[in-house]
Amino acid sequence: MKNEQFNNRDVSNEYFMVDIQDYPTEPWDKFKRTLKRTFRIELFVGLWVVMREMIRFDIHTVSYPEEKMPIGPRYRAVHEMKRLWESDAERCIGCGLCEKICISNCIRMETKVDENSRKEVSEYTINLGRCIFCGYCAEVCPELAITHGGEYENASEQREHFVDYAAMLTPLDKMKAGAQQEFEGFGAITPHEDESVKKTPLSY
Amino acid sequence: MSKITINIDGKEVQTQEGEFILNAARANDIFIPAICYLTRCSPTLACRVCLVEADGKQVYSCNAKSKDGMVITTKTENIEKERRAIMEVYDVNHPLQCGVCDQSGECELQNYTLEMGVDTQSYSVKDVDRSSHDWGHIHYNSGLCIVCERCVTTCKDMIGDNSLKTIPRGADALEAEFKETMPKDAYAMWNKLNKSVIGLTNGTDTLDCTSCGECASVCPVGALVDTHFIYKSNAWELSQVPATCGHCSAGCQISYDVKQTSISDPSDKIYRVMNEWNYVSLCGAGRYGFDYENKVESKDAVAFASAIEAFKKADTIEFTSTITNEEAYLLQTLKEKHGFKLINNEAKSFQTFLKDYSEISGTTLYGSDLKTTMNSNFVISLGTALKSDNPNARYSLNNSMTVNKGAGLYFHPLQDPIIEGLGKSIMSVKHAPLQEEAALYLILDLFADKEKLPAKVSDYLATFHSEKTITVEETIKEKVVEIVKEMKVNVETGEEEEVEVEKSKMVPKKISKEVVVDDNALLSIVGADDNFMETLEKNLKKKDSFTMMVGPDLYNHPNSKNIARLVALVEKCSDIELTMIPTLTNSLGVALICELDEEAGEYSVGYNTKGDFTLSALGDGDLDMPAINQQEGTLTSVNKRVNPTNAALEYKGYELNDIANELGMDAQNVIDYTISLPTKVGFKAQAFDNLPNHYENDGSEVRGYLLDNVEVEISVNQDVEAFSEDKLEGTLIYLANPVRQFTDFTNKATNLDEIAGLYMSEEFLSASELNEGDSVRVKSNRGEIVVNIVSDNKIAGNIAVLPTFDSKINSEALFDGYRFATASIEKE
Repeated sequence: MKNEQFNNRDVSNEYFMVDIQDYPTEPWDKFKRTLKRTFRIELFVGLWVVMREMIRFDIHTVSYPEEKMPIGPRYRAVHEMKRLWESDAERCIGCGLCEKICISNCIRMETKVDENSRKEVSEYTINLGRCIFCGYCAEVCPELAITHGGEYENASEQREHFVDYAAMLTPLDKMKAGAQQEFEGFGAITPHEDESVKKTPLSY
Repeated sequence: MSKITINIDGKEVQTQEGEFILNAARANDIFIPAICYLTRCSPTLACRVCLVEADGKQVYSCNAKSKDGMVITTKTENIEKERRAIMEVYDVNHPLQCGVCDQSGECELQNYTLEMGVDTQSYSVKDVDRSSHDWGHIHYNSGLCIVCERCVTTCKDMIGDNSLKTIPRGADALEAEFKETMPKDAYAMWNKLNKSVIGLTNGTDTLDCTSCGECASVCPVGALVDTHFIYKSNAWELSQVPATCGHCSAGCQISYDVKQTSISDPSDKIYRVMNEWNYVSLCGAGRYGFDYENKVESKDAVAFASAIEAFKKADTIEFTSTITNEEAYLLQTLKEKHGFKLINNEAKSFQTFLKDYSEISGTTLYGSDLKTTMNSNFVISLGTALKSDNPNARYSLNNSMTVNKGAGLYFHPLQDPIIEGLGKSIMSVKHAPLQEEAALYLILDLFADKEKLPAKVSDYLATFHSEKTITVEETIKEKVVEIVKEMKVNVETGEEEEVEVEKSKMVPKKISKEVVVDDNALLSIVGADDNFMETLEKNLKKKDSFTMMVGPDLYNHPNSKNIARLVALVEKCSDIELTMIPTLTNSLGVALICELDEEAGEYSVGYNTKGDFTLSALGDGDLDMPAINQQEGTLTSVNKRVNPTNAALEYKGYELNDIANELGMDAQNVIDYTISLPTKVGFKAQAFDNLPNHYENDGSEVRGYLLDNVEVEISVNQDVEAFSEDKLEGTLIYLANPVRQFTDFTNKATNLDEIAGLYMSEEFLSASELNEGDSVRVKSNRGEIVVNIVSDNKIAGNIAVLPTFDSKINSEALFDGYRFATASIEKE
C-alpha cells in the first residue's frame, strides 16, 4: 500500500472518534478550568482510601526491603552459571555463543587450553550496566550453563557494574546440598523432548 | 592453449582448453561443491563431492578437463543422492562438540552438511581410537579429521616438505550390505576414508619441517590447529585487517585477525594470521611472526625533540629495507631538501645490480615474476639460498615440479636437503663460491640461442668444448642357437624317445663401444656430476617454458657488474624468463625510490639500524617508531607489485612523518605520499585508498598495482668479461638465515623460536671435534665473533651458516659484502 492510499483509506468502520474538548485559549476560561480542577472532591476520595486501608492494618503492599516477593521461575534477573548434577563441574564449555548473540555486547569471555587439553573458561564477565536482560544468552546456551536467576538487586554507584564468572557460579556447598535450582525460562528444555529426537545409528 | 566455450548449467562460459571444469566454473561464479581440491595443486580425488555430469557422463570436475562445446550439469538427481550420502559418511562418528572446536563455524563439514540437507544419518561403523597428537607447532586431532588430504596435498604440491602422509587407521571393514545399498561413489569414498588417517612421514610424533603451518590453514575442519591458537578465540570474534606481510620480498597477502587483548585490556591484539590459501601460501614467518609490534604507551616529546635536534645535526641517514615505499620516498625528499646522505648497503648493491642489468636488457626491471615461475616447467635458481631468502620462490619451484611435471637446476655452494628433497627432477649443482659467473656461462651455453648471442660470447663458450672419446658399455641382445635334447612321444610307436631339437633364443650381452662425445669443460668447472648432461637431457624432455631466479649472492659478488650483464644476456638470448629476488622486504622499492650513497658522513641517524641517533621500531632506539604491522603504506614485492598494507594495531607514538613535518614537509599521514611515488621509475600516481587488496575467484591477483617496466637506453658497450677463476676454499661461512627468520622483527615474534648461532650440518659436526652448544670463535680476515654452535638438519655439507636475524650476533662483521667468506672456527 502506498503512503497516499494509506492516509486516505476509509476508517469509518474500525475507529470511533473520542470527543476531546478543545483546550481553553482565553485567560478567563483557563482560570475557570483551574478552579474546577482544584476544588473537585476526587482528591479527598483518594485520601480516604489510603486512610481506610491504613486503619484496617490489612495492607497488601509488600514491605520491601524487609519482605520480598517470590520471583517467578522464568524471571530474568542477574545471570547464574550452573554446575553439572553428576560431577559438580562447571557446565560452561566456553563455546562463546552467549558472547556472540548478546545484542548489547555486554558479555566477554577468555578461554585457554587447560592441562587436560580441554577448553577452559579463564575469564568471564557480564557488564550489567549494559545488559538489557533479554534472555538470549540463556536461550542460546547449548549446555544450560548460563541462565537467569532471581537476584534483581544490582544497584551500583557506577553505571558499569560487572559480574564475573566466580560470582555467577553456583557455590559448591549449595551444589553439595542439592540446592541448585534449574531455570525454567528461556532455553530450558521442554518435558519429553528426548522422545522427539531421531537417534543416530551406532555400530556398537 | 586456446580459448574455448563450454556450457555449465545453461550458461556459456569462456575458458582455456584443458582447464579443469571446477576451476572454469569457479572463475565464472558457478558453484560446484568441492572439499579436497586446492587451486594450484594437483587433484586429490578424496572427497568426490565435485561430481558433475559432462556430456552425459559423470566425472569429477576437479580433474576433468574441459573440451570445446562441452555441456555440463552440476546437479542431477543421482549426483545429489551421491553428495548427500558423502556428507552423511563424513558425519559418521564425527564428534558433535562443535562448541569447543577451534574451527568455530569456519567449518566446511558444517557448511556442506547443511548445504546437502543432511538431517538424518543412515550409516554407521565402529570407531577406533583416534586421539589427538601434539606435533609441535601443529596440533592434530584425528577424531575431527575427515581425511580430505588437503594438508598432504599442499605439503607435497605447494610447500615441498612432504612431511605428511596418510597412515592406516586400523578400523573394521565396512559392512557388506552398504556396498549394495549405498550410492557408488559415496561407498568408494567411505571405503578409502575408513582405512586412513593423517600421519607424519618422518615416523616420529613431532613435525620436522620448515614449519609453515599451511597444513593447518587449509584444514576444512578443526583437525589441524596451530598450537599457539588452541582455544584462544572463536573465529567470529576476530576482525580481519587485510595487509601485506612485511618479512620478505614475496609480499604475500595476509589478514591479521585481531580482537581485544583481554577483558581488562581493550586494546587490539593480533591472534593469528590467515591467508587465501587457494591463491597464496605463507611461510612460517608470515604465519607465526605477527607480534613484532612496537608497544608505545604515549608520545615521548623529549625523545622527539632530541630526534629533531639529531636530524638537524646529522648529515647521514642509515636505514634498512624493512620500510614502506612512502617512508623511502620521505627519506629521499629529505635528502633532496636537506642534503642527507642515504646509506643502505643492501639496497644499494641491489640498485647497482639492477642498473648494470638494465644496461644490457634495456629495461629497469627483470621481466618475470614468481607466478610465471610457478607456471613454467623448467626452473633455474642461481645465487640464492632459496628456502630462506624467499620461501615463496621455493614454493614456486616446487609447484612447477610437482604440478607441471617440471624440472629444475639449483646452483648453490651450500648443500640443501630441503631443496634436494623437492623431487628427483631437481638437479643441484654445488659450485665453489665466487664461481657464479661460470655457472651463468654454463646456463648460456646450455640454453642460449647461439645465433642471438654476441659473437664474442659464443666464441668464448666454444673454447670450453672439445671432443673426447669415451668407452661406453652397452647391452645388446644376441641370437644364440643351441641344441637341446627333449623327450618326445614318437607318433608311430607311441613310445617316448629322446630327440635333438634346435632352439634359438635372445641373450643379453654386454659390449664395450668407443664413441666420440662432446666434452664441456664448464661442467667440471662448476662441479656438475659426471652424468649431468644425461640427466639434464632426460629432464628437458617435454619442457617448453623456462624461468630463472637469481638472488642476493649475486648482488654483493665482487664481480657483480659482469654478473648482472650475464644475467641480462641470459634473459635476452634465451627463452628463459628472469626473476630477481630482492634481499629484504622492500629492497626493490628502496632501490627504485632512493638515491643511495656509498659513504656515510660524520653524524648519522639510524632508522631500524644503529646510528649516532637511532629511530627504532624494535623498541631499542632513542625514539620509537611503528613496526610494519602498525603502519599503513605500500611495499614493493618480488613480483614487481606495489602492495598496500594496513595497520593492524594502534601506534601511539611518533612516526617518521611527524619528524618530516617538523623538517619542513607537510602531510597528515604518510600515505598521502603514495600518489607521489616516482612515476619515472614505474610507480603509478594512485592514491593509497584506491589500492585494492584481494584475489578474484579465478585466482587473479587484484592487489595494488604492477610497476611499469620502464625502458632505458642500452649501453653502447655490450661486452661481458670472461669469468674469473677465483674461488673460495677452506673452511667457509655463509650469511643466511634459517627458514622463518629474516630480520630482528621475526626474531622478536614469540612463536618463532629459532636460536641464533653458527649453524652447522650434522655431517659437518660429526666430522669435526665440535658439538652442538659449543661456544666458538669465528674469525675471518674482516673480523671475529664468538657464537654458539647450533646443529641444523636443514643444511648439509661443509659450509657453516651465520644468521642476520639476531643483531646481537654481528655476523656481517665477518663478511666483505659477498655472502661467502673463508674463516676459521675454533673452540673457545
